[in-house]
Amino acid sequence: MSLSAIECGFIPLVDSAPLVVARELGFAAEEGLDLRLHKERSWSALRDKLAFGRLDAAHMLAPAPVAMSMGLGGMPMRIDALSVLSINGDVVCVSPELASKMRDNGLPPDLLAAEGIGRSLIAAAPRPLKIGVPFPFSMHAELLYYWFGALGLAAPQELVVRTVPPPLMGEAMAAGEIDAFCVGEPWGSVAVSKGVAELVMPACAIWAFAPEKVLAVRHDWVGERPDAAEALMRAVWRAGRWLAEPGNAMTAAEFLSRAAYLDIGSYAIERTLAGRVVVSESGEERAAPRLIAFFDGAATFPWRSQAVWIATRLAERNGLDRAEAARAGRSCFRSDLYRAHLGPIGADLPMSSEKLEGSLTERTRVASSTGEMMLGPDRFFDGRVFDPETASGARSD
Amino acid sequence: MTGSLKIAVVEPDRDRAMLIVDGLREAGDYEVAVVGDAAALARKIAELAPDLVLIDLENPSRDTLEELATASTPLERPVAMFVDRSEDALTKAAIEAGVSAYVVDGLKKERIKPILDAAITRFNMVSRIRKELDATKAALAERKMIDRAKGVLMSARGLSEDEAYSLLRKTAMDQGKRIAEVASALVTAAELLK
Repeated sequence: MSLSAIECGFIPLVDSAPLVVARELGFAAEEGLDLRLHKERSWSALRDKLAFGRLDAAHMLAPAPVAMSMGLGGMPMRIDALSVLSINGDVVCVSPELASKMRDNGLPPDLLAAEGIGRSLIAAAPRPLKIGVPFPFSMHAELLYYWFGALGLAAPQELVVRTVPPPLMGEAMAAGEIDAFCVGEPWGSVAVSKGVAELVMPACAIWAFAPEKVLAVRHDWVGERPDAAEALMRAVWRAGRWLAEPGNAMTAAEFLSRAAYLDIGSYAIERTLAGRVVVSESGEERAAPRLIAFFDGAATFPWRSQAVWIATRLAERNGLDRAEAARAGRSCFRSDLYRAHLGPIGADLPMSSEKLEGSLTERTRVASSTGEMMLGPDRFFDGRVFDPETASGARSD
Repeated sequence: MTGSLKIAVVEPDRDRAMLIVDGLREAGDYEVAVVGDAAALARKIAELAPDLVLIDLENPSRDTLEELATASTPLERPVAMFVDRSEDALTKAAIEAGVSAYVVDGLKKERIKPILDAAITRFNMVSRIRKELDATKAALAERKMIDRAKGVLMSARGLSEDEAYSLLRKTAMDQGKRIAEVASALVTAAELLK
């Protein structure tokens, strides 16, 4: 049987793992797909190639398809998220000078103490605090705006979020363009090992269950190649399940370290998969629970409430109508396709496609299509709960 | 308004940048500026306030330009990537040539087209030159490596230059490898044994 080709773009990051594993371990071939992976050099190039049909699918920052569907950014277009590829995985790093000031001011010993770490950073940082992210429409940016916003730092007067390609973060910091940055692993730990920056906190301390990357396709493509879309979703979901087995981290790291993918030593990748980060130049490592997740807790389910959270946050900052933004967000997270295609092969399906985001402080057993499933924790550091219905004005109570 | 348009070309390689600038100047009366420094890209563009920005599709700094397309831009003028589905052939040619253009909102299509046409031609030329250059460089590097490997064999085993080359070639054929690969492995090993 000849395989059906899918051209899929990715950015070299640990969270491209489900795509790499789907190809390398044959999950894609089992579904009749020749999953061709193309390493891209920027999120803009990846997006443009997807939009113009040079790519069929892409490893995309979760807020990117929402923003594009809302008409924001340089390339407005309806892009759908078929599933979530990964949860969490970003880290916050600061310049060595800023880190030393933070230590002088007092720094909580707990790596996940977002409030204390945030206050220490705000006290030590210049005004405005300039912080680098890889892309304007990214979970990195959303988490930073949320974190500093909740702690009373106003954007853009006191907080400037700037886009800097991750390989240039160190240079931009040395040139005084930024004081801190937020990037996906392993690039944070790599910068720390080089002495360029110090890691102060994994971003999962801000939101314990943040959808980081999604499997994105053009909205029209789903209609043109429904079978390919279904096969791709199944292959990638199986890859995520394989990645969640603790014994597979070493093998996954080996695949990802190859020249065609991340092209760095496998140890740095395995460390991330095992939930550890490097916090100092001397190579000191610390455990960061739920640093990154590919499967557990319905990680791959594209919750429409996640999309509404992203959409309403984007709408607020860009002066757009929240209800309209929420509608665009909801329609681009395809929980309908997820239910239709992944339910039959054993994916746990929640009873609803929207939930109160941030309501679970612990892992919690909830009812599911097959009986029950485990969700969470998904709390925000400030304990606020996000109700997608009231937030988007869909319910008027 | 018919004043000359201001174009910013983002390109770190000076020679490539000049080729593109020349092409644009031939195409019309444009004010063209080059931005080479990636670290301060957003600030430089804000200072220039161009009507149109041209950048290699594959340039990693493109994500920084993406900021210009969001609401609170340093330019304080809305910018969009050039997308015109009515001119699909032009857009397609631009993507194929690796050109991306950011255009200030409201700029008329007939003013953009000649610029993009010129940019596409030059980007294609630049990419051809780059490919040639890369191939030449690779060939030279291989030749140098083979010469060094011949030198290693000549001094270690007392072979003539022709014999050394024959041995490299035979080994490569036996192992199903390229001569340059065998030469490189030999040179690495010889350095380790020094």
